[in-house]
This record gives sequence, structure tokens and C-alpha cells, in this order.
Amino acid sequence: MNINYQIANTYLWSNKKMTAVAVFGVVLGIGIYIFMNSLLVGFDKSSNDSMFKNIAHIRVFRDDEIARPLISSTSDATPILINPKVVPNSNTIINPKRIMQEILKIEEVTHVMPQVNVNAFYLNGKSQINGLVVGVEPEAANQMYQIEKTIVKGDFKSLKSNPNGIVIGIGIADKMNLKIGDMLSLTSSKGQTESLKVMAIFQSNNAQIDKYKSYVNISKAQSLLAEGPNYITEINVNTIDPELAPKLAPQIAQITQYTAEDWKAANETLMAAFKMRKIVITFVSLTIVLVAAFGIYNILNMTVTSKINDIAILKAIGFKGKDVIRIFTAQALAIGGIGVLGGMVMATLVITLLRNVYIGGDIGYFPVDYEPTKYLQGATLGMVITFLAGYIPAKKAANVDPVSIFRK
Amino acid sequence: MNILETKLINKYFYEPTEFHVLKDISIKIQKGEFLSLIGKSGSGKSTLLYILSTMDTDYQGELLIDGLSTKGISNDALAALRNEKIGFVFQFHYLLPEFTSLQNVMIPALKLGKWGNDEIEHRAYEKLKLLGLEDQAQKPSSKLSGGQQQRVAIARALINDPLIIMGDEPTGNLDSKNTRIVFDIFKELTEAHGQTIVAVTHDDDFAQNSHRIIEMRDGAIKS
Repeated sequence: MNINYQIANTYLWSNKKMTAVAVFGVVLGIGIYIFMNSLLVGFDKSSNDSMFKNIAHIRVFRDDEIARPLISSTSDATPILINPKVVPNSNTIINPKRIMQEILKIEEVTHVMPQVNVNAFYLNGKSQINGLVVGVEPEAANQMYQIEKTIVKGDFKSLKSNPNGIVIGIGIADKMNLKIGDMLSLTSSKGQTESLKVMAIFQSNNAQIDKYKSYVNISKAQSLLAEGPNYITEINVNTIDPELAPKLAPQIAQITQYTAEDWKAANETLMAAFKMRKIVITFVSLTIVLVAAFGIYNILNMTVTSKINDIAILKAIGFKGKDVIRIFTAQALAIGGIGVLGGMVMATLVITLLRNVYIGGDIGYFPVDYEPTKYLQGATLGMVITFLAGYIPAKKAANVDPVSIFRK
Repeated sequence: MNILETKLINKYFYEPTEFHVLKDISIKIQKGEFLSLIGKSGSGKSTLLYILSTMDTDYQGELLIDGLSTKGISNDALAALRNEKIGFVFQFHYLLPEFTSLQNVMIPALKLGKWGNDEIEHRAYEKLKLLGLEDQAQKPSSKLSGGQQQRVAIARALINDPLIIMGDEPTGNLDSKNTRIVFDIFKELTEAHGQTIVAVTHDDDFAQNSHRIIEMRDGAIKS
């Protein structure tokens, strides 16, 4: 072993208590850092999972258009069109099959599904419940929204074989006292009334949605709107990674010439809340690591002060400034290295413990997982910060003037 | 051949007030010489020793070691030069307390890296034996008496076979018997091995028996 590291090693062992305290500080700091950041990933995954049960990564639809004059006027001229209105246009997507094929050609796209949304009233004797009937292709919809996982009664698959079937939220079923096999009457916004058979009941994580949403076959939705089989109000697109959606949406908009809205844009408020959560957790976990670094800094500073005679002797007998720096940064890195390993063990223990805690509701078990990237991040951060915490006192030690010590 | 040479060295202290501590010091020290630096406290002899040792670089004038000027040499290069060519014995600052006597003696050689570990250990034992400390080799140096510590420090100064050995009161903590031993070793080193010794001392006997005495007074050489 190099003599510098031998000396570093001796200093570490001659001061076991202080070394142990410093190591413990790093264990706690890095452990909590990895744990909190893994938790953050878990939270994001869990909230994304429940969000993507209701919305797709990207929604392609025809936005309302405001009437525009044929001749564009310069700003100071008298406008040709005053008080323009939405052009009375159907919001159907023209030639949806071809558009869907075009979208599927994009490499990152995994699922594409047509959808027809119908605003409707569920009729219950004299009372009416306002609701949304979503016309889907049951198989594709299941792949996209994982509807089958939310079914509490009946079988979602049977919707496909029954054109007059409907799958309703548990809120509607409770309010209207409906069981599997019962008939449900509804009136669409276009005045079409249908009587549909309840095939299954779902319960999502959102009681609000359970009270107004239902699924029917796409052909039924089209007939509720008194439209033909080519009438599609939106195309839903899923990608391999939700994070890619904001990048892909403009591309899809360009290909299709329709509006493409990614999930982040559609849920800005929620995204802001996520961002805040991320900032708070990052800030707190970084502060904890920093406190651990202060521990190392303190202890090494004390070591430098108490070993100032040793440092003077070492410099006198031929140790260079960088040798002294190595002696002290090696101590910091040893403390950091052991601390980081301990921190990883601690994070693993805490995560294992929490993973088995049942929270209930839609979440189930505590949404935290072992995140290798966060372990790597924590380890790197730990080593960088301990290096810096060691380097500052080491630099001070390297600048010790031996003559001034010997003259005392 | 001059192993150490100074040309018109001047040094000032600025704290607390400006003070001209060394005035035009020009000396030549031959290879194999045993030189004593004497003088009253405050005469500048220790200051001169630290300049000769290359640890103090804040002066005017020129210092040549083994014929080479130390002007403009970086601190790191000076450290390497000290490691190889100069051995130190200090009066109050001896050893690294957490290491054994043997390890203390070995450290400069481990730093130099000229020999393998086993050979360094063997050499360190030899040096300790020379100073009558072979039975203390494995003791932590903090457990030794003051005189023993000083002798370990001398063994450490010898480990790399330096050209020059510098001592600040090298026998200051030793009884007359041990002083005699150290003095004889120094004498033998200079006469048999051609090493040079420069020692600051208050011990008149020690000084009288060395080859040459330089007496300092008020920052200048008296004789």
C-alpha cells in the first residue's frame, strides 16, 4: 500500500469514534436520499398509472375553429369580420382509418384507438344523471386503459359480443340500483334514446368518474349521435414512454393536421403539483446529504488541526502538498465509500419494509420500488460531496508552513 | 566540494514589526563536514537552518545544494529534494505518535520508494540498532521516553542515507551518555560515510568537538 494511504488508514483507525460518527452520518444521509428519491419515482409511477386508466398519452381531435376572413387584413385596417364565431362544423375526424395507420407508423407509438364521446343523460324514473358515454372498441380500450383491472362485477369482454351492452361506473350502478343484466335507458345530447343492458360494472380510483362514465361499443355511440360508422371524435394514442408524449404530439399534429394534445398539457395543474412534490423532496434529500457532508468536513478539519505537527514533520521529510491532500481526501473518500454502501443497505431495508405496508384504496401497497438509477445517483452524489468535504480541509493541511509550526 | 553554499542571504520578519533577521549570510559547507551553528537565542541561527533546509523559501539571496541552485524550484520539487538528500532531527517535534518506532523510521524511505518494503524494514532495523533501540521497534512511538523518541528521530533522519543531516538541538533532550552516543554516530557518519551534518546547538561540548563552529550574532556571522 502506498505510504499516503497507510497514513490515512492509521488516522482513520486511531480515531474510531469520530470515524464511526462520520460514517453513520453518511449512511443516514445517503440512505434517506436514495429512499426519498425512490419514493418520488414510486409516487410518480403510481399517479401516472391511475391517470392512464382514464386518459391516453396523446389525444388527437378536431378543435373548434373560429371563422376567419378569406383575405387576411393588416392590423390597422378595419376588420372584415366582426365578432367571429365557431364555424358550424362537425367535429368528426375525416378518414380516421388512414390517419390511424399514419400515426402507427411512428416508431414510438404502441397503441392507437378511435373513440366517440357522447354526452348523455342516464334515465332513472323521473330523475336524470348527467353522464359521458364513451364509445370504444372494447379490446383496444382494454389494452389502452386496463379497464378489465377495474371491473368489480361482470365481464368487460362480453361487451364486444353484445352491441346493446354497456359498462357503467359503480357510482351510477349504486345511484340507479342496477345489477348485471338490468336495462339502462339513456338519452344522448342529440335526442336519441336507447335502452342498454348492463354487462359489467367498474370502479376506478376516482369516485367522480364512477358516477358519470360508461363504456359502449363504438357503433352504439355513433348511433346515439345519429351518425354513420365513419364518425370518430377523437383518436387516442399511447407511446412506449409517457415522457415522450410532449415531443411526439407536435409530430402527430403535423401528420394528421388535427390538434394533438399530450397528457401533460391536458393536466397542467396536476403536473404543477407533481413538480412541486419533486422540488420539495429533492430539496429535503439534498439538504440531508449536505448535513452528512458537513459532518465529514468537521471531523477532517479537527483531524487536520490536531495533526498539524504530523503534517509539518511529513512536509519536512519530503511529503509534497499533493501527498498531504491525498492523505486527507483518502480519509474522506473511505468514510464516504463505507457510508454510501451502508446508505444503500439502509435504503434497501427501508424500501423493503415500506413495500409491505398496505395503504388500501386504489394505491394498495406503498408505491415504492428499488430504483437502480436512484441508487447510482445517491452513490455518485455521496462520493462527490464527501470528496469536496474532504478536499477543503486537505487543502488547508497542504498549505501548512512547517517552519511556522517548528518555530512555536 | 561544497555541499551547501549560501550567497548573500538576507531575511526580514515583518510581524510584529520589521526586523532584519539575517544579514548577508554567505557560507560554504564542505562535503563530510560536521558543523555546529551556535549563538544566543534570537541570533538567527534557527532561521538560517530552516533556510538551509529548503523549508523556508521566503528570503533574498541564493542557496545552492550539492552545487544546484534552489532558485525558482517549486515547493514540490524541494520536497522531493528534502526527501532524498536531507535528514532532519528536531528538538520538540519528533515522531508521528500513532505509528510504531519502526514505521516512523520507515516513512521517509517508503516515500522515496527506492527500495522494496522488506529492504526498507531491514534498513530501518539496522538504523534503530545503531541507536540502541532495536527492542523498541514495535512500540508505538508515543510510548517511548523523550530521549528514546529523539533517537528514533535520528534513525529516521538516516534512513535514506541523506547527503546532509540537519539538527535543531539534536541532543537537547538526551542525557550525557546518549549525547555521547549520538555525537559518535554523527562523527562516524561524517568521517566514514562522507555525510554532512549541520546542527544548531547550545551544548558547548558538542560544538567544541565538531569540525567547525559558526557563531551567529544579531543576524550576522561572527566567526
